[in-house]
Amino acid sequence: MFDFKVLTQWIDQSLRALNLPDFGVLVIELVLVGIALLAAYAILAIILIWFERKICAWFQCRLGPNRVGIFGLLQTFADTIKILLKELIPINNNDKILFYLAPFIVILSSMLSFGALPFGKGLQAIDFNIGIFYMMAVSSLGVLGVLLAGWSSNNKFSMIGAMRSGAQMVSYELSVGLSLLTMVIFAGSMQLSQIVNQQADLWFIFKGHVPALIAFLVYLIAGHAETSRGPFDLPEAESELTAGYHTEYSGIQFGFYYLAEYLNMFIIAAIATTVFLGGWQPLHIPGLDGFNHVMDYIPTPVWFLGKAFFCIFLSLWVRWTFPRLRIDQLLHLEWKYLLPLNLLNILFMALIVIFKWHF
Amino acid sequence: MDISVSQIIFGILAVMIVAFSVMTVTTRRVLRSATYLLFVLLATAGIYLMLDYHFLAAVQVTVYAGGILVLFIFSIFLTSHAGDKLEKIPVKKTLAGITAAVLGIGVCLYVVLKNGIKITEAVSGGEIDMKHIGITLMGTEKYQYLLPFEAISILLLACIIGGIMIARKR
Repeated sequence: MFDFKVLTQWIDQSLRALNLPDFGVLVIELVLVGIALLAAYAILAIILIWFERKICAWFQCRLGPNRVGIFGLLQTFADTIKILLKELIPINNNDKILFYLAPFIVILSSMLSFGALPFGKGLQAIDFNIGIFYMMAVSSLGVLGVLLAGWSSNNKFSMIGAMRSGAQMVSYELSVGLSLLTMVIFAGSMQLSQIVNQQADLWFIFKGHVPALIAFLVYLIAGHAETSRGPFDLPEAESELTAGYHTEYSGIQFGFYYLAEYLNMFIIAAIATTVFLGGWQPLHIPGLDGFNHVMDYIPTPVWFLGKAFFCIFLSLWVRWTFPRLRIDQLLHLEWKYLLPLNLLNILFMALIVIFKWHF
Repeated sequence: MDISVSQIIFGILAVMIVAFSVMTVTTRRVLRSATYLLFVLLATAGIYLMLDYHFLAAVQVTVYAGGILVLFIFSIFLTSHAGDKLEKIPVKKTLAGITAAVLGIGVCLYVVLKNGIKITEAVSGGEIDMKHIGITLMGTEKYQYLLPFEAISILLLACIIGGIMIARKR
């Protein structure tokens, strides 16, 4: 497996060889990492939008975008340029500061969690000791942007959308957190790099068998609800609320919400990949050394993105299959089914770890 | 002049905290005030990060910014309208507020300047391992905190049950 530390250390050493002060090296490296992450963020969003449109078309027996470029690959690039050129329509009688601030809070929250993901061996911007807890903390900021957007639009549809989204995100955060904590108990660490390294021989979803599987399913459902997509898209239910909390936004401000929505989907899938499906670790089966060796030749970022896109495919599948829930059904599902199941599952996992029933 | 990166970052965070704290109490729109408070809390988390205390920074973000502030905003949503402005504060109250603030700064400065060296000694321990925090929080030996932890949990449980009882009466 190629360790990307070789590349990053080479950049670091060649910068230091230029006789810059430490301060200068640090600033240049920070800017480089920032540019790399922002570029990855934007490009992933473009790919995801294309992917979603193709998958959606497939489920509905259509072709999807197919005119701009081969397989419509350039369609989203064209759409991006179009949204960048669109006019920002100012609206009257609202709180201007909060109105313009809200999209940035949403983007900030998803960017902060995106930045700490381990994309491959040695390809991680920052490896916190509290990895998973950090992810949960910064992703809980996004709801503030949605609430502020709904309020500052001074529009009843936006307001209802924001209230729904607040109730939804705050409740489903619990399930997301608890299902991740189940795996933290299993791994004995919160650090993302350690969690990934422990899955070198076998992924956690196989190692932890029953409780890991339950946690994975609960995480997928709750994470899907967190991104307010699919059957859980009440905050922006277009048949009832026009477009929910971002009704009044136009041009790139709306684009920010759109971007954050797709990237949040990716982040949820990426965390599921890291915690349950082995992160960037290749598929290894104990005993089959030849097979394991062949798998090692596939680069680690390909494994990571492949698994993440598999999780995204599952989420799109759900999105284009089920009808939208009512708000009371949504809250029932969380508080009466997922949460008790999750708490029992944590207990089960603790027992398994104590008695060493896992592989 | 010799300024390190961490001093510059500390400066930015400190200016942010002071400026947004003042804006929080001086703005007349209550939701803006809540938003400025968000920035104060985030900058405080930044200072915890600078001290290498990552756990406390994440707790600060998740509990205060992600939890309490959402509650604040919800209660503002339910009690006021978009165009509402708070009444202007009379001069007497403003003066009293400023005096209280200056007195508070005085007390804090006195304590910090008197014990400043001890504080820097206490916090320069490097990053604390998450495992260590967990064991300290859940242990029953000397300098471990299971009893206070459980006492606080019972207090919180009582609060939750009380809240449900009050809400149910309607």
